[in-house]
Parts: sequence; structure tokens; C-alpha cells
Amino acid sequence: MRLTLILGRRLLGAAALVAAVLVLAFVLLRLAPGDAALAIAGGMGGATEEMLDGIRRAHGLDEPLHRQLLVYLGRTLSGDLGYSLFFDAPVTELILARLWPTVLLVATAMAIALVLGTWLGVLAARRPGGAVARLVAVVTLAGWSAPAFWTGILLLLAFSAVIPLFPLGGMHDLRADSAGLARALDVAHHLVLPAIALAIVSLAPYSRIARASMLDVLGADYIRTARAKGLGERAVLLRHALRNAALPVVTLAGYQAGTMLSGAVLVETVFDWPGLGRLAFESILRRDHPTLLGILVFASAMAVAANLLTDLACRVVDPRLEAGSAAGDRPS
Amino acid sequence: MTARGEAPAAGRGRSPRRATAAAFIRNASSVAGLVLIALVVAAALVGPALYPVDPFAIVWRPLAPPGEAVAVPLGSDFLGRDVLAGILHGGRATLAVGASAAAICVVIGIAVGTAAGFYGGLLDEALMRLTEFFQVLPGLLFAMTLVSLFGPGPVTVAVAIGVASWPPVARLARAEIMRIKQFDYVRASRAVGASNRRLLWRAILPNALPPLIAAATLAVGAAILFEAGLSFLGLGDPDAMSWGLMMGANRDFVLEAWWAVTLPGLAIFLTVLGVSLIGDGLSNALDPRRRGR
Repeated sequence: MRLTLILGRRLLGAAALVAAVLVLAFVLLRLAPGDAALAIAGGMGGATEEMLDGIRRAHGLDEPLHRQLLVYLGRTLSGDLGYSLFFDAPVTELILARLWPTVLLVATAMAIALVLGTWLGVLAARRPGGAVARLVAVVTLAGWSAPAFWTGILLLLAFSAVIPLFPLGGMHDLRADSAGLARALDVAHHLVLPAIALAIVSLAPYSRIARASMLDVLGADYIRTARAKGLGERAVLLRHALRNAALPVVTLAGYQAGTMLSGAVLVETVFDWPGLGRLAFESILRRDHPTLLGILVFASAMAVAANLLTDLACRVVDPRLEAGSAAGDRPS
Repeated sequence: MTARGEAPAAGRGRSPRRATAAAFIRNASSVAGLVLIALVVAAALVGPALYPVDPFAIVWRPLAPPGEAVAVPLGSDFLGRDVLAGILHGGRATLAVGASAAAICVVIGIAVGTAAGFYGGLLDEALMRLTEFFQVLPGLLFAMTLVSLFGPGPVTVAVAIGVASWPPVARLARAEIMRIKQFDYVRASRAVGASNRRLLWRAILPNALPPLIAAATLAVGAAILFEAGLSFLGLGDPDAMSWGLMMGANRDFVLEAWWAVTLPGLAIFLTVLGVSLIGDGLSNALDPRRRGR
């Protein structure tokens, strides 16, 4: 199939996914009463589903649903995700203000997990079943098994309470009004612990994919050729094998974007990192449903975009993936 | 025809099942996982009876460190509640919600994946779109939204987690079914007139089970982590003590009382580690190609 045709199909699929997410958000928003009804329900100290139904009727929120849906879709697609009564600001504005910290945190954590995880995977692939491979398996499994918020708290206790190397939370030093390079360094200083906490969880999937992929490649004839012509083990592993084994790892990174965002909610809460996850947490505390659903819609759209880009990037990089499914579709 | 190494499995009393069990036991880490889980489950079952202290009751001064008093062996939290009681009583809620969420996840996943893989065609296309849809929803955010809308309770939390985490299981099930569907014995079975139901239940599913069992074990671990995360954010069942709830409640006092936050976290970690080690051992033992790798 030609690339443009694939591109068109993928774009269409992505658009359908986003539309489906919007419909889901609309349904959920309808199940939760509108802002006015919610305020009333809150004033009564909570309400059952039946009472909420009554409030909804009383406030004329039961217009024809398809009309409400169309209005909602039109508004959302023009970038209006609703209005947050609690923060007294448009949800889109709130999200955009919190976007950058989350992107910074997730991207850094992903980079750490990708590099470190791949390295561990390569180490494990050198001698399958050996001591190093077992150690890597157990260590990464332990990282996956530890709740990110617990790891985060342990890091906080160790490296900012006991040994004061890093700040206790936040994104920059509130006392110093720094700018330029000093500010960037300050943010980086605050970023270290949360990024590590978030990365540790993802080490296991990266190292596993890297290991499996390396083992596949290491059995290939051209690797034997490379060894036979006298190349050092290091050159064989890194320049010949890893290059071909890297694709599934990179694919995993693309598909992990959504998962990372979930982890970010917990890590941001622990480290008071002013990102989207923390905003989601705050909006739950305030029962601010428009903001919460806005974040859900936004985050899902980001995940769709990340998957689409990954898929296309794989096709460009690897000509073997022409008509079939992307590498990420195969079970791991 | 029966050369020594190729003797029929049953003839030498070494059935595939035995071989699997042997491979599982040989693996030290899977045995460690079993021991961990046995301890955690035993503690959750008999702990509350052996140590009948109400985990919500204020029994001592707040923020007492471990070892300060016999009344609070592992210290007290910011309200003066017994941390040991919390850990022993909190295991039940965490394990129950985690296990039922994993069950929901595995049932939906296997049903969707099997239907898609077995029937193929339009149904496959539709179900895979559905899977893709649930996969782009960030799991924790989605579950947070559901719980926040429908109120925190054990059922809501379990359903929210299950609904948010089935897509990988469905993908795995679909791939397995499609792989096994191609085998000659399945074609032969179809050729002699086996019904779809018989094909599915007698020929295909039993052979697709090994990787699915391993995936189900990992799903239990993931669901426990998920439940802990929701409870940590204050979205768990507020009426049942759980490890995540303890951590969330004491989070602001972590510098004054590290024990009230890190010890419940340790319990979560050890539980999930135990489950993951078992799952890992199972997936190695159930897959003869990977034995010893």
C-alpha cells in the first residue's frame, strides 16, 4: 500500500478514536450533572442518582440528547473544553497552563527509562539465563512492582530529607526569582527525583522488549558474519545488533505515552509537581467534573497522536512494515 | 521408535504438567514469590483475628515512632491510629479489590480477544477498534473519572480498574487464538465436523491458556497497584482500611512519621512483587521454548 493511503486511513482512524472519546466524555458529563445541578447537589451534602435526575429535570438539562451532543462536539473541536466553576477559568486555559510541566516530566522519565531499560536489556541478552540476565529480570520486576508514589516518597525521604541533595517538591525555588539559565538549572534540580520515580516503573517493559528483540537479532546470519570477520563484541552488540533491535523499543516508547501519563498523576501528587496529573487530582478533590473530563479528553487525544506518530515513524524507518500492522501490534 | 530422549511424555511418568511444575519450582524467584504471597494472604486472613485492634481507632498519641510502646509496635499515624493494625486489616481490602478487578479485566479481555481472534472479519475489526479505544484512555485518569462520578465504593473501584485495564489481555488472547487457529489439528477437527463451540472450548482455548494464565497473574499485580494508587489519591473505599488509604492519609506527615507512609507502601510492594514473581515464573514454566532462558 502506498504511504499516502496508509496515512489517510490512519488519520481517519485517529479522528474516529478522538470522536469516540468525546462521545464517552459527553455521556459521563451527562451522568454527572451540569455545574448548576452539581452545586445544588453539593449544597445538599451529596445526592443519589435519583435526586440528581430530579435536579437535571428541574434545570432543563434533559433536552434532546443528540442536540446536546452536537453542541458539545462542536464546542470541543473548536478548542473549548468547558468552564471550571471552581478555578473560575476555561478548562482549556487551565490545561494549557499545566501542560508544559507534565510534558517535561514524562519526556524526561521516558528518556531515562528508554536508555537505561535498553541498556539493561542488552546486558541481559548477552548471556540469556546467566547471572546478569537474572539480576536484570529481578531488579526491573521489583521496579515494576513498586508503586510509583511509594518509590517517590522513599526517594524524597532519602535524598531530600536525610541527605538534602534535592528539593522536597514543586517545580522551582519560590524564594529565588531566577530567569534564563539559572531557572532552567533550578527546574532541572527539581525534576531529578520525580523523573527517576516515574522512570523506575517503566524499566521492566523496556528491558524486556530490548532483550527479546536483541535475542531475535543475535541469531541472525549477519551477526555471525560480523563476528566471523573479527569484530569486537561491543561493536557487534551496539552497532550491528542494537540498531536492528531498537525498533520495537522505540515503538514501545510511543505506545507508553498514555501509561506514563497515568503514572504522572501519582508522581506529580507526591512531588507537588504543578502538572496535568496534579490538576486532575485537585479537580477530583473539588468535584470539578468539567476540568477532570477535559483532562481525560485532552490526555486521550495526546495518546492517539502519540500512537499515530509512532506508527508512521515505524513505517518510515522500517520498510518491511508495509501493508501489515505496526510492530507495536504484536503481543509482547 | 522410542529413542531415549524422545520417549512419549506419559511413558516416562513425566507429563507436560509435571515438567511445567518442575520448571516452576526450579526457579528460585517463583518460589520466593509463592512464599511472599502465602505470607501476605495468611496475614490478611488471620491477622485481624490475631491482632483485633480497630485500624480506625485512636489508640495512642499521634506520630509515635515504632517501638515506643507495646500498644503500637509499628508506631502510630498522624491521628494516633495503630499502623500495625492498619497494615494487617488493610490487606483484605487491597487484595479483595485487586483480585476482583483483575478477574473483571481478564474475563473481558479473554472474551473480547477470543471472539475477535476466532470469528475474525467484521467482528474482529469492530472489537479491535473497541480495544484500541480503551487503550488510548489513560487508565488511571479514566478510573479516577469513573470513581469520582459514581462515588468511591469497593464495587465501583473494582469495575473501574477492570474496565480500564483489559485491552492488553484482549490483544494477547486474540493473537494466541489466531496463532492456534492455523494449526493442522484444529483444521482436522473442523474437517471432521466439530462445531464452533467445540473447536473453541476443546481445541483452541486449552492451548491458548498458558500465556493467558501468566498474563492474568500479572493483571492481579497491576490491579493491586491500581487500587493502591486510587486509594492513595483518596478515591478508594473510604469505609475500609487499605494500604493506599494509609499512605494517602499520612502523606503530609511523611517527614514526621515515615513509618506511617513507607510501611504500608512496603506491604503493597511485597505483595505485587510476590504476584509478579509468580507470574514471571509461570510464563517461563508454561512456555517450553523459554524454559531455562
